[in-house]
Amino acid sequence: MAFFLTLPLILLIALFVLYPAFYSMHLATLNKSMQKFVALGNFTFLFKRDTFWMVVRQSCIFALTAVFFKALMGFIVAHFVHNLPAKGQRKWRGMLLVPWVIPPAMSTLAWLWLFDPSYSAFNYTLSFFGVGPIPWLGDTFWARFSVILVNVWYGAPFFMIMYLAALKSVPDQLYEAAAIDGANWWQRIWYVTLPMMRNIIAITTLFSLIVTFANFDIVRILTSGGPLDSTHLFATWAFQVGIQSSDIPLGACVSLFMVPILAVAAIFILRDVNKRGNEA
Amino acid sequence: MSTLAIDKGGPTRKIKYRSMSRDRTWALRWSYFFLVLFAIFSLIPPIYMLITSLKSSAEISAATNPWWVFHPTLANYVELLTSNQFLRFFWNSAVVSIVVVCVTMLISIPAAFALARMKFWGSTTLATGVFLTYLVPDSLLFIPLFKMLAAVQDITGITLLNRWYVLLFVYPTLTVPFCTWIMIGYFASIPKELDEAALIDGASWLQTLTRIFIPVALPGLIAATIFAFTVSWAQFLYPLVFTTSIDQLVLPVGITTTLIKGDVFNWGQIMTGALLGAAPPLIIYAFLMDYYIAGLTAGSTKG
Repeated sequence: MAFFLTLPLILLIALFVLYPAFYSMHLATLNKSMQKFVALGNFTFLFKRDTFWMVVRQSCIFALTAVFFKALMGFIVAHFVHNLPAKGQRKWRGMLLVPWVIPPAMSTLAWLWLFDPSYSAFNYTLSFFGVGPIPWLGDTFWARFSVILVNVWYGAPFFMIMYLAALKSVPDQLYEAAAIDGANWWQRIWYVTLPMMRNIIAITTLFSLIVTFANFDIVRILTSGGPLDSTHLFATWAFQVGIQSSDIPLGACVSLFMVPILAVAAIFILRDVNKRGNEA
Repeated sequence: MSTLAIDKGGPTRKIKYRSMSRDRTWALRWSYFFLVLFAIFSLIPPIYMLITSLKSSAEISAATNPWWVFHPTLANYVELLTSNQFLRFFWNSAVVSIVVVCVTMLISIPAAFALARMKFWGSTTLATGVFLTYLVPDSLLFIPLFKMLAAVQDITGITLLNRWYVLLFVYPTLTVPFCTWIMIGYFASIPKELDEAALIDGASWLQTLTRIFIPVALPGLIAATIFAFTVSWAQFLYPLVFTTSIDQLVLPVGITTTLIKGDVFNWGQIMTGALLGAAPPLIIYAFLMDYYIAGLTAGSTKG
């Protein structure tokens, strides 16, 4: 009985998640026309290419910096919202979560237009301060900066919402006790807030790390990996190699390189979520 | 003696109180100041979309202040909303999202019910598996899925690639795990006495599910529905890979591929299209914000 209720779920996962995952490993061992078994040939080929190592480095830089700033911004903003009187919080929370609600493909188009080389609204504004014009998407450094900026813009509200929920669950008595002991605001954050929120911070950060590491939409629309492949992530490069240049095995191979990092993050999330479940 | 003591104690206490309240006022002012900055940062892109969508192409290419509309016009909206191509994208997106929401609910509610209430062989493993599936990103599976669909097409002769309905098979992999996961949580929080009472009254499992579990867990159900809808509406990678003909595209892919003609960007129309594409999730969010947030935060707690 119970088995039949879960059967559609099991079928869905087996057919469209598990099978493709293993099929991907099989594909990665074939040659471009998919007729010959080349074992680890695709992997050794990738190791010899500079672009591959650049993608590895850029994916790590992108994911780590973006997650760090998302977490930091989310933490700060959550504190400010939490400081407000209760009835005004809803309005602010509603406004600050808007970036997360807009489909990323749509909002990235707006950023692309804000970064436009000749009509950039940012450069127009900056020109009044005597700065600029900044080649937002044309220069390697600025392009890397821009994709991270857009990712932080999109993802920070998620952290804000999670932290806000966590802040509300910290009992007021703890802060009162800390205040009586003469703790300043920094000590209150360090010794009360952070330890109480540790678990939720860990889960949110790891989860965001997975999503950011596997990001596709933002980089694809903003730069398509350019200039000179400098902003490619695993996902966008796999798309370019596997679908656009129709070298499916090599594309599968590229995307498989995400697995180790995703797996490590997933194991830690699972551990934390289980711990959380037992506490409640 | 006593008056002296009061005089001594009074002022110090009063000063302390005043300084604390002054601290509070300043903390509040700083909070508002920074929140305004963050709100500006958050709202610049959507507002700029709106500003640009109200401009004519002539005004966009003129070197005027980009943050202001001098000659507002609805021409972009009229043009897009009367273009068959754009309405087709919108229609495809709407059909795909609504069907995916229904399929997701049909799969995840019974599964969550079974996993929350019936202990069977492998049930904990399956629950963990569901959570892990939720963590598998779309960018890991699009290449093997593409090849798989092509192979199915070759073997059975059923055209799957470049048809919008192929998305109905792949989107549930993104929505079902999360919806099942949060529904397990909501179902598990329902007191056991409730379904025991129903069982004693002679209710079947199906009746227990439809008469007790679904009504009691309705907030969770709404949160899961909103999640499934927004995920399917926003999905960009799968339709980009699996569909190419113009009449098969969904909104995000349609806007990015068709409104950009070569190197010519018709920004007025792109921004209008993007804004119209962002409208359904934004409207849902505006009316059901609390459910939306409940769904967001529910993912990190185990049922």
